[in-house]
Amino acid sequence: MFTTLLAIPLAGADLPEHRITNIFEPLATPAESEKNIALLVFAITGVIFVGVAGLLAYTIWRFRQPTHAERTEEPPQVYGSNQIEVAWTVLPVLIVFVLIGVSARVIAAVENASPPQAALKVTVIGHQWWWEVLYPDYGIVTANEIHMPATNDHKNATYLQLQSADVIHSFWLPQLSGKTDLIPNRTNFMWIDPHEPGVYVGNCAEYCGTQHANMLLRVVGEDPKSFKEWTIQQQKRAVDDPQTSEGHAVFESLACVNCHNIAGLGKASAGSKFGPDLTHLMSRQTLGSGVYKNTPENLRAWVNDPQVQKPGCLMPSMKLTPDELSKVVDYLETLR
Amino acid sequence: MSSIHSELERPPVEEARFSFSIHLYDWISTVDHKRLGLMYIVTALIFLVVAGLMATVIRLQLAFPNGHVVDPDTFNRLFTMHGTTMVFLVGMPFVAGLSNYLVPLMIGARDMAFPRMNAFGFWIFLFGGFLLYFSYIGGSGLSGAGSAPDVGWFAYAPLTSRAFSRGASTDYWILGILVAGIGSIASAINVIVTTLSMRCKGMTLARMPMFVWVMLIDSWLIIIALPPLSAAQIMLLIDRFLGGNFFNTQSGGSAVLWQHFFWIFGHPEVYILIFPAFAILSEVIPIFSRKPIFGRPAMVGAVAAIGFISLGVWAHHMFAVGMTSWSNTFFTASTMLVGIPTGIKIFNWTATMYGGKLRMDTPMLFCCAFLFQFLIAGLTGIMLATGPFDWQLHDSYFVVGHFHFTLVAGLVFALFAGMYYWFPKVSGRMYNETLGKWHFWLFTLGVELTFVPMHFLGFLGMPRRIYTYAPDRGWDFWNLLATSGLLFQLPGILIFVWNIVFSAIKGKPSGDDPWDAWTLEWATTSPPPEYNFETLPEVRSSRPLWDLKNPNDPDWRYE
Amino acid sequence: MDAVLAEKQAEWTLPDRGTMGVIFLIVTETALFTIFVVAYVVYIGKSLTGPYPKDVLDLPILASICLLSSSVTIVFAENSLKKHRIGMFKLWWLATILLGLEFLVSTGMEWHKLIYQDNLTVSTNLFGTTFYSLVGLHASHVIVGMAFLMLVMFVSLFGFPIETQERRVKFLSWYWHFVDAVWIVVFTVVYVIGR
Repeated sequence: MFTTLLAIPLAGADLPEHRITNIFEPLATPAESEKNIALLVFAITGVIFVGVAGLLAYTIWRFRQPTHAERTEEPPQVYGSNQIEVAWTVLPVLIVFVLIGVSARVIAAVENASPPQAALKVTVIGHQWWWEVLYPDYGIVTANEIHMPATNDHKNATYLQLQSADVIHSFWLPQLSGKTDLIPNRTNFMWIDPHEPGVYVGNCAEYCGTQHANMLLRVVGEDPKSFKEWTIQQQKRAVDDPQTSEGHAVFESLACVNCHNIAGLGKASAGSKFGPDLTHLMSRQTLGSGVYKNTPENLRAWVNDPQVQKPGCLMPSMKLTPDELSKVVDYLETLR
Repeated sequence: MSSIHSELERPPVEEARFSFSIHLYDWISTVDHKRLGLMYIVTALIFLVVAGLMATVIRLQLAFPNGHVVDPDTFNRLFTMHGTTMVFLVGMPFVAGLSNYLVPLMIGARDMAFPRMNAFGFWIFLFGGFLLYFSYIGGSGLSGAGSAPDVGWFAYAPLTSRAFSRGASTDYWILGILVAGIGSIASAINVIVTTLSMRCKGMTLARMPMFVWVMLIDSWLIIIALPPLSAAQIMLLIDRFLGGNFFNTQSGGSAVLWQHFFWIFGHPEVYILIFPAFAILSEVIPIFSRKPIFGRPAMVGAVAAIGFISLGVWAHHMFAVGMTSWSNTFFTASTMLVGIPTGIKIFNWTATMYGGKLRMDTPMLFCCAFLFQFLIAGLTGIMLATGPFDWQLHDSYFVVGHFHFTLVAGLVFALFAGMYYWFPKVSGRMYNETLGKWHFWLFTLGVELTFVPMHFLGFLGMPRRIYTYAPDRGWDFWNLLATSGLLFQLPGILIFVWNIVFSAIKGKPSGDDPWDAWTLEWATTSPPPEYNFETLPEVRSSRPLWDLKNPNDPDWRYE
Repeated sequence: MDAVLAEKQAEWTLPDRGTMGVIFLIVTETALFTIFVVAYVVYIGKSLTGPYPKDVLDLPILASICLLSSSVTIVFAENSLKKHRIGMFKLWWLATILLGLEFLVSTGMEWHKLIYQDNLTVSTNLFGTTFYSLVGLHASHVIVGMAFLMLVMFVSLFGFPIETQERRVKFLSWYWHFVDAVWIVVFTVVYVIGR
């Protein structure tokens, strides 16, 4: 019944969707510096492994006795050797100091970068099991899908402020950056600069309850012109389309408004934040926080019973009649 | 202990018929360290099988994308119970069981310092385990959200607050572990006092066997590192039952504080778990190489260094929490430092084997595999210690691969080595060597198949603790490969169980010292009598039996 | 060399089990208390709402004097026991118990005031939670100590030859000194630094 998620072109643009999120194929600066340090660590640990495992394998091969060998005289009883032991203490200490030094540099570079005045700032608030996304400078409120300009200059990176409305979550898009947690009563900061336009995929990376597995992330990197168009569209309020006013009425009279905000439309713009903001629902590629393609069939099935699609999620089935369901879905389909 | 009545005074003794109830009573009321040690180990093995079955279900659910073997809540309970059981109800009782059985024998004592407290420790551990598993039926609590805990084995706040964990399942997690932890602390105090106060004549601290040294340091770690967990759990109970605010972010509390307290316990805990492996290897490798341990003082020093440094690395579990760059750098540094003495141990074990005459029997096979696998685990640990690299790897399957390598490919392998090595001493019979080798090869293949792919899943961005995944993330192949390892692990374990049970009943009598070993436990019968030694031994070196068997070249000339 | 070795081995003395046991019990309890102290310190000044420490906490001078003096009286009791002056032992032991009791009663009265007059409970704010937990943990240890002190009191009052248990009385007094030492830390952190 549900079409599993495959790479979908964004309406109006052919953006590649990076669904194989290999940390060794970085597409932003933080992930690149993390990859570089990773390669250094691989090189060092690789040499250590070959050396030590080689010595071990040689030792076993050279000194093994055939099974059921006669009990012969004991080999020379060597108790130790100060020189050897000092050598194999000093060498690891030196290696470790190198690694510590390199790590300190990268840690400082990633963590202590402070946002330039003109940088794009996005606030992400984690909920059980969706992402609230705010662009304070633009007055934009959306959910689950974060748009930002692609850039090759990390000074134009997007700066994220991370908070949580309930439990601990973690923001992880492997090809863009290492992860940072979203913790209630605490604000964390990170920055990402996707180098090319594209759709980047990630997961919540801190166990946050039943549907932790289905709290997916989408970052859409766009060229500056497309990004500007997106912000303008997102800033608009919902348009009242008389053809779907019945659906709108269902939305407002049943409990939908208690959780979901739709900007500019009567009661529904009360600003509830318990559930995702729906003002521009149809501008998003997925439903249920990255789990299903945003198609009319999927939307209908979702509204009908979210518990079938994402069991344990906090949206109940409103037990709509098929007629009410159609009206609401038609209405939601107008929210571009 | 035997009475000195003369034959005339003693009443005639009937031939004792086997009475189940008397036998049962003997075991339940025992304060004999050997029986308690066995009880710990058998219970640990039973929990190992239970948690292993849970892992099997987890792997079946993850073998294919969009799996439907279990629903999300069941899955979340499974990984929580799997982890909690393995750490607290398998690892910790192995620590207690091994030290309880072997330490008095190795130091030439008749029992532990506090035999009754020893029994208390076992039974309260068992009660804690029972409490944890009772959650499956009793967890419903007030809100009917019931069943076993599903908050992960480290139970982060505020997921564990009343608001997000309804019902009593989290309370069973807290109480079960709290209670079992009391047993661990009691056992650890017992081991420390025994080694300090009950050594036989001539056995200075320097002459204690490596095994005893390692378990002594392990016990110090336990008494220092376990209380922080107990404290945090008491705080969580106060939050959940009395409306306390320790971890209540709404009233200004800090969710990160739980993490600090938990990992101040949690990191030393993993060293507490692995030390028995070091202890076992330091006994088995010398015997099967026919050489003394290379660099004994350095080996003891390394264990002490690891124990000490391990108290200062805890926040490497928290690199993603948003600590300052100073903190992140400090913990990167301390974590890498702890890798140095650990690496040195691998060098020393290898040097012990070098120039020796290696007998590749089952215990030695497991030790050799341990060395390769623990080397890999240690190196992936260095990768995780590197803060920036950890920002990618944290909370991914790479971590799951790393710690399963240290604990399964490491600790469990060493435990098998130890169980095969001391089996003849404990049972008086020899196990079947062919079956042992089958167990070894099957289990090794299975472990490699299951846990190596997890590292690649981490590189591909798969987070941990997810009950399913989409088919186009590139995770399918490695997950299926990981599950396939079970096909080899399970038969391996079955062969082990069969071997142990069958050999205990029908194996060839082994004699006192089948391995031609050098420590005191081999100087008494197999199995040892209740009083351990007819006369308490006197020693002049760290290898008293070597001295006896080689009077022209005794160790005390060189130590 | 053999003679020296033999002589050394002839005097094979090891530390006493009970002594070691109590020492390591104290070590493990110290670790437990440390975490509660850390939690208290971390949350100093962090409560979002009142009541705040400086508003409601009075220095428990009398209670502290009593508790710390009980460490002195218990030493006197032990000395009397060593000299087999059982009468004096019982007197000093009773003094210890009464001083400890005063401490507990004082704490109880303080808590009563805090709860009923100042509306400070364990759930009120961070101060309430950490205060009652830390002070309560200490008080529970005092209660356990008191129970054992009273056990010794009763058995010696009923004619048991307590002088045969000098060693165990000594262990109990060490535990009691530990409890007092913890109080010094708690007092400093809660009533001096935290106010």
